[in-house]
Amino acid sequence: MTGPVIDPATFDELRAHAGAEFVAELVETFADEAPGLVGELRSAFAAGAVDRFRRAAHSLKSNSLTFGAMRLAALARGLELGGLPAEGAAIDALAVELAATLPALRSLARA
Amino acid sequence: MIARLLVADDNKVNRLLLARTLELKGHRVSCAENGRVALAMLRAEAFDLLLLDIEMPDLNGFEVLEALAADAKLVDLPVLVTSSLEGLDHVVRCIELGAEDYLPKPVNPVLLHARIGSSLEKQRLRRAQQELVRRFATPEVIEDLHRSGFALGGRRVRATVMFSDIRGFTGLVETLPPEETIELLNTYYMLMFDAIHGRGGVVNQMIGDGLMAIFGAPLPLADHAHRAVLAAIDMSETMELFNAERAGTGKPAIRIGIGIATGDMVAGYTGTEQRATYTCIGDTVNIAARLETHTKTAGRGILIDAATREALPPSVALEALGLVGLKGKGAAVDVFAVGPASP
Repeated sequence: MTGPVIDPATFDELRAHAGAEFVAELVETFADEAPGLVGELRSAFAAGAVDRFRRAAHSLKSNSLTFGAMRLAALARGLELGGLPAEGAAIDALAVELAATLPALRSLARA
Repeated sequence: MIARLLVADDNKVNRLLLARTLELKGHRVSCAENGRVALAMLRAEAFDLLLLDIEMPDLNGFEVLEALAADAKLVDLPVLVTSSLEGLDHVVRCIELGAEDYLPKPVNPVLLHARIGSSLEKQRLRRAQQELVRRFATPEVIEDLHRSGFALGGRRVRATVMFSDIRGFTGLVETLPPEETIELLNTYYMLMFDAIHGRGGVVNQMIGDGLMAIFGAPLPLADHAHRAVLAAIDMSETMELFNAERAGTGKPAIRIGIGIATGDMVAGYTGTEQRATYTCIGDTVNIAARLETHTKTAGRGILIDAATREALPPSVALEALGLVGLKGKGAAVDVFAVGPASP
């Protein structure tokens, strides 16, 4: 996948509008919530619960767009619109991207 | 304009960011984490506007919009939908369900504030208009208009009609300065309205010192005849108190006459498309008006017809006055007096 983990323009705009300190807190909130959403994706996938799966992917997409995490957003969008995948690999790919996104966000928030 | 806003979103990051965006503009913000909680909060306290997410567990945004539309107290609440749900059909569905607008997430703060400003302004104008309507129409008529819309013409209902006026009002007016007459009328109307509304009646006309009230239309009312008679008794007792107060300042007593009749009538809006009034028409209405006129001749405060009497419990003290020929009525009407002979 190409492009930076975080789109700097989106992130800067968010900081300018909401304030650096608030955005740093918001990043921490996302870091707290996101693993739970990935967990929800996995459990919904295992249970074949299509609505729960879509809602968790939708939430991840929405938050990724807020922070400018465009790659993560694209993966989440793929899951949201694609219905239940045949195998869990797509969720693994998203978890890997999330693992790269969180430290990138924290580092930008501290800058 | 600073407002009281509710943010309904199941996602914590979205909730916090929206609340922050709104608080930075000085608004007071509360949050709900799903549709059910949001509805409960809207029913418990007053909000000026709702920011609503669509994808939520436990009542989604569409279901919240449907619930608001069905709730007479919340149907006018402005709702801005904020969602990252894709597809024009979702936007259309929200607007059709009554949302003011649909803002895609992430929400652009400038656009959000512009939309909130215009929604609140529209709401302010709507409230000002409702306030104006309230001054000229009864709450029951407003509710009837809300439910069925405005259409000239009527429908047949069974109800009770009351006419009331002040005895010797013309003579009284001649002795009073105009300002005092207006003040007297305002006090009189306030007391009579309270008594009539207190029993579920609707005052639909005021002419000089007279008024017409309906029990059982536009909204149905159980025991409409009994309620009308109880209102008449309340009105007479209220006037006794009012007169005692006037006597203290050396002013003459005000006497009222009340006529009540029950039966079928046509209720609806008469007038023109531009200016109309809610009223009832029919023989029953004429009888009530004639009975009110007849109170002077009979020397009684409250007169009712046979159909009203039949609907009363035995606890109401009555005196049969027999058949009376009323002006404009071919056949004589059986008339009953409620309460004591008037002084």
